[in-house]
Amino acid sequence: MKERSAASRRQVIKGASALALGGVWLAGRPAEADVAKAQKLLGELIGGKTPQEGKVRLEMPQIAENGQTVPLTAAVDSPMTPNDYCKAIHILAEGNPEAAVCTFKFSPANGRAEFSTRMRLAQTQNVWAVAEMSDGSVWMTKTEVKVTIGGCGG
Amino acid sequence: MTDVKPRIKVPKTAKKGEIVEIKTLVSHVMETGQRKDAEGKTIPRKIINRFTCEYNGKPVCEMILHPAISANPYISLFLKVEESGTLTMAWHDDDGSVYKAESKIDVTA
Repeated sequence: MKERSAASRRQVIKGASALALGGVWLAGRPAEADVAKAQKLLGELIGGKTPQEGKVRLEMPQIAENGQTVPLTAAVDSPMTPNDYCKAIHILAEGNPEAAVCTFKFSPANGRAEFSTRMRLAQTQNVWAVAEMSDGSVWMTKTEVKVTIGGCGG
Repeated sequence: MTDVKPRIKVPKTAKKGEIVEIKTLVSHVMETGQRKDAEGKTIPRKIINRFTCEYNGKPVCEMILHPAISANPYISLFLKVEESGTLTMAWHDDDGSVYKAESKIDVTA
């Protein structure tokens, strides 16, 4: 159900019935245009590289009752030595008015590539964590958070 | 907004080479710039847009914050301590203000 861009008529009908059956949260999902916006921002952040799946972890609740303040922890397993460390983790939200959430820039002095904060979520959506390593590789993961009450505007 | 006061939780002592957790919380509205007031006028954006952390004057890490970060931003991070020193953290406001906090860590062998 994630790649809806090339949705055939049948899939649309299937989706619609799933919506009817499944519940309300499907209704408030990010539009294709917003996802594309997040993708564009990601390209700018990581210089057009193609992220690989994995390595970076993003811990968030599956369901957030209040989108105003949703805890998140992002981490990468890295030795954090001067030759091999995680340079940065970017957080993006594909269904917020602005896709950018935060960027955390590490150095080997951190000892561990992990940080926590709290963020706003306007609606049910995927949150992306993208890690840049000192060897130039880029890793990415996505986590879906279902939001009951949105946290932007108001 | 004169009542912006960072609160930090930093261990007083650590063993050499230990990785310690630092927790921070600062009271701030983090106004997104997307909300409207009762008359329909946009409330101007006012957020903390950058957070920096130094140990003994050497940069450790930095965070760029966007309006999607919740009010009263909470940030936790890790620090590997090799020697006693002072941890200095700063929060940079859109309006140019900088809020600072520091704490000493005693390192034992």
